[in-house]
Amino acid sequence: MRTIPAQRITEAVAALCIEANTHLPADVEAALKAARASEPWPLAQTTLGLLCDNLTAAGEAGLPICQDTGMACVFVELGTDVHIDGDFEAAIHEGVRRGYTDGYLRKSIAADPLRRGNTGDNTPAAITVHLVNGEGCTITVAPKGFGSENMSRIAMLKPADGVEGFKQFVVDTVRQAGSNPCPPVILGVGVGGSFDKVAYLAKKALLRPLDVPNPDPYYAGLEKALLEEINALGIGPQGFGGRTTCLGLAIEQMPTHVAGLPVAVNVSCHVTRRATARL
Amino acid sequence: MEYKLTAPCTAADLAPLRAGDTVLLSGVVYTARDQAHKRMMEALDAGQPLPFPIEGSAIYYVGPTPERPGQVIGSAGPTTSGRMDAMSPRLLDLGNKIMIGKGKRSDAVKAAVQRNGAVYLAALGGAGALMARSVESLEVIAWPDLGCEAVRRLTVRDMPLTVILDSAGGDLYQSGPAAYMASL
Repeated sequence: MRTIPAQRITEAVAALCIEANTHLPADVEAALKAARASEPWPLAQTTLGLLCDNLTAAGEAGLPICQDTGMACVFVELGTDVHIDGDFEAAIHEGVRRGYTDGYLRKSIAADPLRRGNTGDNTPAAITVHLVNGEGCTITVAPKGFGSENMSRIAMLKPADGVEGFKQFVVDTVRQAGSNPCPPVILGVGVGGSFDKVAYLAKKALLRPLDVPNPDPYYAGLEKALLEEINALGIGPQGFGGRTTCLGLAIEQMPTHVAGLPVAVNVSCHVTRRATARL
Repeated sequence: MEYKLTAPCTAADLAPLRAGDTVLLSGVVYTARDQAHKRMMEALDAGQPLPFPIEGSAIYYVGPTPERPGQVIGSAGPTTSGRMDAMSPRLLDLGNKIMIGKGKRSDAVKAAVQRNGAVYLAALGGAGALMARSVESLEVIAWPDLGCEAVRRLTVRDMPLTVILDSAGGDLYQSGPAAYMASL
């Protein structure tokens, strides 16, 4: 049994909130630069160049990459042999509060979905805990902006819709979103499970680095095929037209009911942020 | 084409602009997003004045991150404009001439743009650090309780923007992808 003080979790989360919002993950930056190099349409190439310049500008000025510093989605892989000394969830919320205050990040959380108002410190975090064997504690903070989140969709397809229905739903989601989610987008796709699980799978898929395909060759092939299909839509960077509509797409699947084919598409943007610490 | 403009602007200033053109905008720009728009509608309903002169105005849909000490503004890219669609035509009919944001607009907004000789310009979505570079001064002028959604008066220099909707009915979100597809 290993003991981790709640204070350490707070400090780690605070640092990760700032890190995630000011530095793009290496795989996302590499995908953006590769897209700029291969984009054939002049306006799209210029636009991708400006998005790359933005990363430099953020680094130089110590500014967040995007002003929508998002809802703090926090994922914890917690070993079953770990004892947290203190209130685990409160420690995470406190980390978000400190990170967003000390890091001059935007406080974007409405206190109530219908009555609105603002919590003033970007709490609460959206926390997902996954229990694993051992004594580890791995925390990932993935701030999520809502320009893209709002374009996400879920559907309970029929089994008869099959793989073609699945692909069509994913492509239609991007087509309908158009310029709204700040393309080039990054997509997390969930398939299978239940109504709630499929949304989780889609969110989880956004945590996978863009250069890591699905370990199942069937799904890896689908990821590649869907990416090509989406990049033939012509929406382009910012919706101004061009090839680069999507930088990467990950699918996460799980068994489902004989009567169902749940599909969820979590739309993210070229500022797909995640930072991880192992305590 | 690239145009240099200084806000506030007249319909005549904006008449040459066409979807796909680049605008380097200087002058005064007011920030307002969801909550500020709602309050502006309430003010108009109550017969009260708006927080800034609407004639010729440029409105930027943005909620910046807090500025650090010594900085003029934090990260300041556009938010999704469609959420303002229900309220923009009323402001356009009152004299608002430039809307700055990102993403699709409704047919009612497109019609109001044409009717009033206005324009809808896109800032770079997700490029908040880059957009911040063109802001020279910032002053909160109304509803500070709204935090990042308060109305701010910005002075900008050469803010890089792209014409999406023009007064002749052009729409880059239609014509841009169509032109690319036609090139294949």
